[in-house]
Amino acid sequence: MSPVEEAAARPVTETEPLLRVRGLTKHFPVRTGFRGRSLVRAVDGLDFDVRPGETLGLVGESGCGKTTTGRMLVRLLEPTAGTIEFDGRDITHAGRRELRPLRQDLQIIFQDPYASLNPRHTVGRIIAMPLQVNGIEPPGGVKARVQELLEIVGLNPEHYNRYPHEFSGGQRQRIGIARALALRPKLIVADEPVSALDVSIQAQVINLLRELQRDLGLAFVFIAHDLAVVRHFCQRVAVMYLGKIVEIGDRDDIYERPQHPYTRALLSAIPDVTRLGPGGRIRLAGDVPTPLDPPSGCRFRTRCWKAQDICATEEPALVPRAGGGQATACHFPESGPVAAATGAPAVADDAGPVADDGTAGAGAADGGSGTTVEEVSK
Amino acid sequence: MGRSESVPSGRPDRPAVPEQRSGEDPYLRVRDLRVRFDTEDGVVRAVDGVSFAVERGRTLGIVGESGSGKSVTSLAVLGLHNPKRATITGEIFVGGRQLVGLPEEEVRRLRGRDMAMIFQDPLSALHPYYTVGKQIAEAYRVHHPRAGKREARQRAVDMLGRVGIPQPARRFDQYPHEFSGGMRQRAMIAMALVNDPDLLIADEPTTALDVTVQAQILDLLADLQAEFHSAIIMITHDLGVVSQVADDVLVMYGGRAVEHGSVEQVLRRPQHPYTWGLLSSVPSLHGDADADLVPIRGNPPSLINLPSGCAFHPRCRYADRNGDRSRTEVPELRPAGEDGHQVACHLAAEERTRLYREEVAQVGVAR
Amino acid sequence: MSLSPVEGVALAEIESGGDAEAPERKGVVGRSPGQLAWARLRRDRTAMVSGGMLVLFMVLALAAPLIQMVYGIGPREQFQHLLDGFGMPLGYAGGVSGDHWFGLEPGLGRDIFIRLIYGLRTSLFIAFAAAVITATIGIVLGTLAGYLGGWLDAVINWITDLTLAMPFLVIALALTPTLVLRFYGEREAVSPAFGVGVLIAVFAIFGWTSTARLVRGQVIALREREFVEAARASGAGLGHMLFRQLLPNIWAPILVSFSLAVPQFITSEAALSFIGVGLSDETPSFGRMIYRSLDYLQTDPAYVFFPGVMIFALVFAFNLFGDALRDALDPKSSR
Repeated sequence: MSPVEEAAARPVTETEPLLRVRGLTKHFPVRTGFRGRSLVRAVDGLDFDVRPGETLGLVGESGCGKTTTGRMLVRLLEPTAGTIEFDGRDITHAGRRELRPLRQDLQIIFQDPYASLNPRHTVGRIIAMPLQVNGIEPPGGVKARVQELLEIVGLNPEHYNRYPHEFSGGQRQRIGIARALALRPKLIVADEPVSALDVSIQAQVINLLRELQRDLGLAFVFIAHDLAVVRHFCQRVAVMYLGKIVEIGDRDDIYERPQHPYTRALLSAIPDVTRLGPGGRIRLAGDVPTPLDPPSGCRFRTRCWKAQDICATEEPALVPRAGGGQATACHFPESGPVAAATGAPAVADDAGPVADDGTAGAGAADGGSGTTVEEVSK
Repeated sequence: MGRSESVPSGRPDRPAVPEQRSGEDPYLRVRDLRVRFDTEDGVVRAVDGVSFAVERGRTLGIVGESGSGKSVTSLAVLGLHNPKRATITGEIFVGGRQLVGLPEEEVRRLRGRDMAMIFQDPLSALHPYYTVGKQIAEAYRVHHPRAGKREARQRAVDMLGRVGIPQPARRFDQYPHEFSGGMRQRAMIAMALVNDPDLLIADEPTTALDVTVQAQILDLLADLQAEFHSAIIMITHDLGVVSQVADDVLVMYGGRAVEHGSVEQVLRRPQHPYTWGLLSSVPSLHGDADADLVPIRGNPPSLINLPSGCAFHPRCRYADRNGDRSRTEVPELRPAGEDGHQVACHLAAEERTRLYREEVAQVGVAR
Repeated sequence: MSLSPVEGVALAEIESGGDAEAPERKGVVGRSPGQLAWARLRRDRTAMVSGGMLVLFMVLALAAPLIQMVYGIGPREQFQHLLDGFGMPLGYAGGVSGDHWFGLEPGLGRDIFIRLIYGLRTSLFIAFAAAVITATIGIVLGTLAGYLGGWLDAVINWITDLTLAMPFLVIALALTPTLVLRFYGEREAVSPAFGVGVLIAVFAIFGWTSTARLVRGQVIALREREFVEAARASGAGLGHMLFRQLLPNIWAPILVSFSLAVPQFITSEAALSFIGVGLSDETPSFGRMIYRSLDYLQTDPAYVFFPGVMIFALVFAFNLFGDALRDALDPKSSR
């Protein structure tokens, strides 16, 4: 048998990743000043997999490149380097015609409920657009399918002749979801789908997405900056910083035993409604640096309290520590539950961290001795 | 700016229950504030009878979503509404002076000196064509006309340093676009505080910022409050932020106050179904991640077509327990059991406590 | 009518609640942004009055032959017997009478009223034709430049700049007689249709640039919007993007630009006819009449009065209506 036939004959195990990303990179050339040229390294070498029906969260703050990554996955942007494999096929630089069948399997939901719907089209037309563009006539007709989709997302099917401006933000977001579902995709990239919604509506939409994910077996790449939201939706989480993944793992590992200092700082910074008064033990100094000129070596070292010389010279690789599915890119990863480290932290005890401006940093995060998070802030 | 630090427990401990206040009169007292806009689609009652007070050195968190009227309230306190479009009634006392009906000239003298505001988007609040330092210095000189340029510059540099901007003298001459988001917000805080105002209104100051930067800004505000003893109103939709910085909380819905009390009362022993809904629907870092969130059904109200009676009744799980009252009668803000805790709800107090204990607390919030 | 940021915040809070109840109450069919704009237009009194006047003018222009039949007098008929020895019309106000509602032209004795009606017809025809052609060219070039960008954008921009740099009047002055001579001999009478055609062509060559710039700007703003990205992510091709997604969103500014271009062409045509480059004397035209009337300013002011007032009213009505249209289509009110 030829290799192709051999490959075809091999049974596809269910852990075969639906989406496989290796070394994904995106650089934007910019003009600095009169004649200078520079590169914005928005995304710099991402590796991750998404299995069928799995939800992966991509979290990070501004400038981390998560939105750019999402756009690249659905090929709205051309990657500068790296590969994207979907359903076994390399789609990194596929042309429009090659992508056509794939467009059906890979869809995107946008952040802004007001800008993501064409204000001049009726809702029915908006939802039917993917069908129309791909020339697909569903059995039973387009209208029936549109009404079915409206019902699936919890809207009144009779409203397909209405215009977007007659709906609220949460409802418009549901319309965007219905549009993404029209072609029965296998994977949906959700770019901050609830960030622009009111708090009381966010829960509705998150629940809807969970239900759809369960009922339709959809895989998701869920891009968000809100770690609490991600926790309620994603099975696996990748934390991004300045274009790189600094930590990736299962949800419980990331939230309860984060290994990367940035992840710890991020979790610590989130105000928690169950706690009164200033919480969190870790305060990062300064703002997120721009991707125009990222720090050498480990990009987080300028804000990391554990940074040593090696952090400036050698970029840490994203490798699993202590077995298991959790991978961290750090020379001095944390270990143990959040805020349970008593006294001095594991590794950085010795000379004290030295930042690039020569000043010695304060000690690392250390909390009370309690194992439950609530007691930390006292 | 190159390193991070871990912070000891922050501000001096706050009493869990608002016991006897410091004895001074509240710096800001708002009574029955109503703000009405006449638009071509009808009359919009953006704020419909809101009362609250803030003392110096304390923070009031105003919580609400779209259409709650929270931003309109703060703009009314500062007198920033266009009198041709907005009709304001009620009383606003700032430092003992009544503001409603005061001529613009007088209000302008207070604005920036006794009360100041920081906005959500620092990029659009700062003038792009002037250096940051110049804008801060100008804010100082407007209220201190006898101050010379050098004195104003020195003051501005001082403030920039005080808000944690490194190398303030150098930063004085930079333009807003050369600042990062967090620093811009700090610059705006510096501009607001340059005249030592007694009241600071912060309208969603951290919504547009990254969460690590938000933590810095909230800490900064707490430090500055401890130092300047200013009264702060923090307007936000984020209950987490409220839990972190507020001493008292006012929950607004549909232009009205639905619950008012200390932060512990409102977040630990909430009495209004809307507050229950907010607390249950917000995803948190703790608790069962696999359980469905409990959303509030329906949509935030349109201020043009406010539901009759209790504005929340179309979305309230328990509205039908009051017969027709929820639909016909607007609930007044009444004491809810504890001292200082008020709620606007038709449900009887015992019923509320029972419902909370049996239904709400199971699902989400009780800790 | 721009809002201060403060009012913007306040209004945003008011509007953001959304009218979620409304779909239930209003029934199944929604109101498109176009219908909303029309409703707003109807509420505007200035718009309705000026709109009404425009409709009246257009009806008059279209029905010119009919009016001629009813009125009984043609635009070329001369009534020499109603002029005195100096060629001035007899009677008051330049010969206004029951038979000649606006009087007679001095010199040739032609009826002013019917000439005005035909002049209106010619003006409107030229202006609308020119506006339609320039709008089409502008939309095509603007959309291609805005959406495709790159070298095509650069080329089209260069052509636009070149066109804008050319002096309109000088070239019109130079071009028209040249074309006339090319197709007609020295002494041959130029057919009115040819004169009209030349004018339209001249306008078309120069008039498309503002529409092109406008459309290009709109398209550039729109192409980054997420609904466009959504169409791209679903595999839409260029045609779908341009015609289905983008164009429906830019018809509003195009319509406003169109309604303001028409009066510009009317005045331009009048100006060209005034200096003798436009239509010949035979063809009735505002510009020509005003040109001739200058000689008789003191002796027969009625002659300048009627065409002057009419062209003024026409252009004014167009401008008012165009402004009202822009207000009605204001995107801030219809999200």
